[in-house]
Amino acid sequence: MHILLGSFAFLCIFPFIYVIIISLSSEQSLSLQGYRLIPEEWSLEAYKYLWQVRSQIFRAYGVTLFVTIVGTILSVSVIALYAYAISRKQFLYRKQFTFIAFFTMLFSGGMVPFYIVMTQFLGLKNSIWALILPMTVNAFYIIIMRTFFQRSVPEAILESARIDGAGEFRIFLRIVIPLAIPGIATIALFNTLAYWNDWFNALLFIDDPNLVPLQSLLMRIENNLDFIRQNAMLSTQNGSILGSIPQDSARMAMVVIATLPIALSYPFFQKYFVKGLTIGSVKE
Amino acid sequence: MQRLKKFGKNVYDNRIWLLMIMPGFIWLLVMKYLPMFGQVMAFKDFRFHPDGFFASVYHSEWIGFDNFRFLFSTNDAYVITRNTVLYNLVFIILGLILAVGVAIILSELTKQKLAKIYQTGMLFPHFLSWVVVSYFVFAFLSVDRGLFNSVLEMFNIEPVSWYNESAYWPYFLVAISQWKGVGFGSIVYLAAIVGIDRTYYEAAMIDGASKWQQIWRITIPMIMPLIIILTILNIGSIFSADFGLFYQVPRDSGPLYSVTNVIDTYVYRGLMSMGDIGMSTAAGLYQATVGFILILLTNYIVRKIDEENALF
Repeated sequence: MHILLGSFAFLCIFPFIYVIIISLSSEQSLSLQGYRLIPEEWSLEAYKYLWQVRSQIFRAYGVTLFVTIVGTILSVSVIALYAYAISRKQFLYRKQFTFIAFFTMLFSGGMVPFYIVMTQFLGLKNSIWALILPMTVNAFYIIIMRTFFQRSVPEAILESARIDGAGEFRIFLRIVIPLAIPGIATIALFNTLAYWNDWFNALLFIDDPNLVPLQSLLMRIENNLDFIRQNAMLSTQNGSILGSIPQDSARMAMVVIATLPIALSYPFFQKYFVKGLTIGSVKE
Repeated sequence: MQRLKKFGKNVYDNRIWLLMIMPGFIWLLVMKYLPMFGQVMAFKDFRFHPDGFFASVYHSEWIGFDNFRFLFSTNDAYVITRNTVLYNLVFIILGLILAVGVAIILSELTKQKLAKIYQTGMLFPHFLSWVVVSYFVFAFLSVDRGLFNSVLEMFNIEPVSWYNESAYWPYFLVAISQWKGVGFGSIVYLAAIVGIDRTYYEAAMIDGASKWQQIWRITIPMIMPLIIILTILNIGSIFSADFGLFYQVPRDSGPLYSVTNVIDTYVYRGLMSMGDIGMSTAAGLYQATVGFILILLTNYIVRKIDEENALF
């Protein structure tokens, strides 16, 4: 049993280790031997090269960080408010609004009309909001949060707060939020991950190189490093660094750079992630 | 008049709640419901109009079911439907078996510390984007440098141009999707198994039940409701494929389209490279409608068998 699971677990992280090795191989040994598990010659030239053309990479990092932070905060706020309202029995229209959210899980407008709404109606082509707004609300998270509020926020506490004269928004901020922290943390984690890893919205809506997020930058250098090179050309007048580009190792080094923050941090929040997933699985 | 007054009073009494749902409600209206009305473009010969979105839809000419007729007259409709449904079927069945299997094994492991480490490892792929995964795959499948061809070379076998050979891709895609999803899929099942009352197992052991019997007679039946719910959800989305898996991982390679093109990638390509908005919308509407019917149908069947487990 241990062998079975252990080897599968290893298989899950092995490709990442392999890619790290490739990124640390010298370009020469890559072109002679291909991607080896133990290269002839180790080298940091890929990372040195990426450091030389860092302006574009830093920009992409900045875009991804901004989108992830702003997106997650916005998303959690909107979802929590909606879910809290439909979790309360005093709200006369809670059934209708639950259905309005739930129905979007059953039927969707499809990619093309969505694209047209985003670009023609909202005018969000080449806007940073095109990376944030499409993922703000998720009906599934609303339903999860609603269940969470129903179970973890007892009506009695709210009632006593009301008797003490607190308004609903005050109650929400001071009592409901602190009680629902585990649920909120879960949604926040899901959102952070989704925003960090998103490339699809950039694929649809972003042409401006200044607004390209990390994952999308990774996509664009798929076949060549021209995309980075062009921007480096503008920022540095130094032609010599462009002469010998460690193509293969630099590409894999980019993968490592884009993945490392997640790879290093997820074991720490895995606990909350697992806990949160199991909240949603229980029906009311 | 009386009714309107009452409605007004209700709205006023609920103003605080209505205010709370407002941001989310507006978002749902614009991002989810407005595109649903946009589906009318499937029945129109869509032309951009300078006055914006509504003008474009309004001024485009009605052409009835021509977009659909055109879509289904080509071989494309068959290929994308077949690919989408078959892949998803395999993913659902294999994913269920593997996820439940992994969850059961994890729960049976006695060394909890090691089990935690395994779980951390298996969860890792879930945290990666499809772009990153596509690079991982490339490291193995690259024609001149990949690990697979290096291994083949060692055995003096001709290297394979993986990104041009469609025959292998169904297996690759299935393997990659499971590699990415199993750890994540097993979490919920594991939580359910851990939640089962231990006294059942103790009683069974006293009666002399073997490990296998315990699994088949206690564990599986106890997590059955969960299996059913998650499977309904999956069957409901059998018509929508994971865009990243089918677009990023095969690197948009033309020779592989026959086995990698799914409805989602078809709609995307129709929109972005061919600019055929009408037909792309038609394909999207076809997808949404059949998906919707499938969810209702599965839910109906489940409700007939066991009301408790139905989704709604």
